[in-house]
Amino acid sequence: MDFELSDEQKMLQDTINRFVSETYDFQQREHAQRTSEGWSRAAWSGLADMGLLALPFAEEDGGFGGGGVEMMVVMEAIGRGLMLEPYWATVVLAGAAIRQAASVEQKAEIVPAVASGQRILAMAHNEPGLPRHTLDVRTVATPVADGWQLDGTKIAVIHGQSADTLVVSARTPHGQGLFLVDAQTPGVMIEPARGYDGVPVATTMLTGVRVPATALLGSGHDGRAILERVFEEATAALVAEGVGVMAETFDLTVGYLKTRQQFGVAIGSFQALQHRAVDMLMQLELSRSMAVLAALSLDADADQRRRNISAAKAQSGKAGRIVGQEAVQMHGAIGITSEYKVGHAFKRLTAIDALLGDRDWHLARLVELGGVYSAS
Amino acid sequence: MKLDFTPEELAFRDEVRAFLREALPADLRRKMINREHLDKDDVVRWQRILNARGWAVTHWPVEHGGQAWTPAQRYIFQEEMALAHAPEGSPFNVNMIGPVLCRYGTPEQKERFLAATANIDIWWCQGFSEPGAGSDLASLKTTAVREGDHYVLNGQKIWTTQAQHADWMFGLFRTDSSGKKQEGISFLLLDMRTSGITVRPIETIDGGHDANEVFFDDVRVPVCNLVGDEGKGWDVAKHLLGSERSGIARIGLSKERLSQLRELEHRLSAEGALMPDEQRRLAHKLAEVEVDLRALELTQLRVVAADAHGGGANAAASILKVKGTEMQQRMTELVTELAGPAGLATSGHDHAGQTATQPDSGWVAAAAPFYFTMRKVSIFGGSNEIQKNIIAKTLLGL
Repeated sequence: MDFELSDEQKMLQDTINRFVSETYDFQQREHAQRTSEGWSRAAWSGLADMGLLALPFAEEDGGFGGGGVEMMVVMEAIGRGLMLEPYWATVVLAGAAIRQAASVEQKAEIVPAVASGQRILAMAHNEPGLPRHTLDVRTVATPVADGWQLDGTKIAVIHGQSADTLVVSARTPHGQGLFLVDAQTPGVMIEPARGYDGVPVATTMLTGVRVPATALLGSGHDGRAILERVFEEATAALVAEGVGVMAETFDLTVGYLKTRQQFGVAIGSFQALQHRAVDMLMQLELSRSMAVLAALSLDADADQRRRNISAAKAQSGKAGRIVGQEAVQMHGAIGITSEYKVGHAFKRLTAIDALLGDRDWHLARLVELGGVYSAS
Repeated sequence: MKLDFTPEELAFRDEVRAFLREALPADLRRKMINREHLDKDDVVRWQRILNARGWAVTHWPVEHGGQAWTPAQRYIFQEEMALAHAPEGSPFNVNMIGPVLCRYGTPEQKERFLAATANIDIWWCQGFSEPGAGSDLASLKTTAVREGDHYVLNGQKIWTTQAQHADWMFGLFRTDSSGKKQEGISFLLLDMRTSGITVRPIETIDGGHDANEVFFDDVRVPVCNLVGDEGKGWDVAKHLLGSERSGIARIGLSKERLSQLRELEHRLSAEGALMPDEQRRLAHKLAEVEVDLRALELTQLRVVAADAHGGGANAAASILKVKGTEMQQRMTELVTELAGPAGLATSGHDHAGQTATQPDSGWVAAAAPFYFTMRKVSIFGGSNEIQKNIIAKTLLGL
């Protein structure tokens, strides 16, 4: 049992923390958000230069072979900075589909381009009219000569506007498949929007979209199993990002309690607020523990992995809500202005709960699995 | 980073399990499972079995009967004890006065008390709280006035657990009221048979008689029973309250209670005593509690692992008492919910679990008294609000 970062992991942490604190303060984030894409290509190049876009890919595919703990370290820093760049969308979420299911040829085409920052990926999975989180889809993939035809509508495609390649889930004659779709393919229509958390999202319409046989990731009938693994990896990363956002939110709040004067004293001298700040700290620390559990569970057997990652996301959802709401409340009116960072952190925490199964969804999954602790 | 215990730690766990399987008397195990009240003899009997194995006072220094265990070993030992339904030793002996005497006792005091304390040849009680000094413990007023070779005690202690059984008391008494209230407090040991001591029971909401008032009327205590320096009792008390944290969240106890809840869930479902939507609601509640327990368990393990590297104050450690007590209380709430109206007919603290007409339904009668009595865990030893005050001050700088 050991919860210390290795020397290499500490170096990684120092590097990414320094990058975020030196190049991505709240003003720089605001500036990135006002660009047409809604994020900073310069910051993206910075992440590429540090090798972080290659981090979780296997060394033989052109990556650095980083595991769950490395991903946790990076995502926590990204959370601290409320970074808008498509790290999670490209490297973690769509990237996991590549890691889990791409052939050697597919990886050779995609991984180096992602690693260098040239190619943005986005996962197109969610659909209207379905439960808010599910592996199910209605988008149809029909076999045609030399490939497939895709038809359907995808919503909440994170960073869909900037994506060069979409990873699209669709029904096949024998199950479900995942397809690599060039965003420029005729029949792909992308309607960009901005998420409440500032992160770009898009609705994507696929009408008679033809892709070659080489676009298929996996066998064409194992798409649900692949997605489940992909979502587990991406969920562990979201939990870690949540820890970063909560840590930043907590620090901002304690700082405010020490400086804001009312009734002639710092408001942090009031016990009602002190206890609420301690409650925030407790939620943060419990979440930190669960981010570690999730990161270390990615390579565990399927049963342990499922239970631990769902437990982590369920805890993170509750903690994020408590920390976000309390931070806004204790900041008073400044907490609800767009000019101040804490409100944006609150919104990102709200989005993190909503993505890949909220607290209720993961609790229901735990019920199905027979609880957090296995019977043995 | 890794989650797993080492092979050596797992071997140690097996050793503890094997010992507990062999050594824990069946009647004690049954009483623990049924949440029956343990009488003094039960606690003493088990403590002496542990002591014979060398495992009664494991976190004391080795020269006084402790074990040079790692934080992980201590954690494993406590968890296995709880999962095996083994009683805990007297906390006053094992976790409080023992470590205090090891640190502050004179050679004579160590010689006289330590071995007898480990074996519960002496049963200790703790005289800290007073009617006017609860959370604000330092405002205590019971006086100890020096007269020659004795201190003469006058005043009153309250909430003194197990005082009716105690052979000796350790307590805080005011030897000087001229300075700051934390100064002028002295830590004294007194024989409960000394004349002038009156013990009066307090009935608590579970129907139990564990708490007492203790009155002192010109009680004469020899000066050699002073622990540490006169006027420095506050430092001694702080050491006592903060000495052991590898088991502070009591994860093992909560896991044991959780397994009881899971067993009840299955049994009641099988008996048809839970409607399908009740089953679903219960399963959801249990999943919620398990998520909280898992997060707390990992936090405790982070502290255990950090302690192996030297420890020190940290944010994770600070939350263990508050969240640990909340967790223990939540478990008892859920069992009480499941007992429902059938749980109204308790026969009180001393007989809980023994009156059920069906052999395996002792839990129904025991549920509510246990729920009621567990409210104390977030109050004693520094209430959860006091814990939050301390965290706000020391960690947040508020």
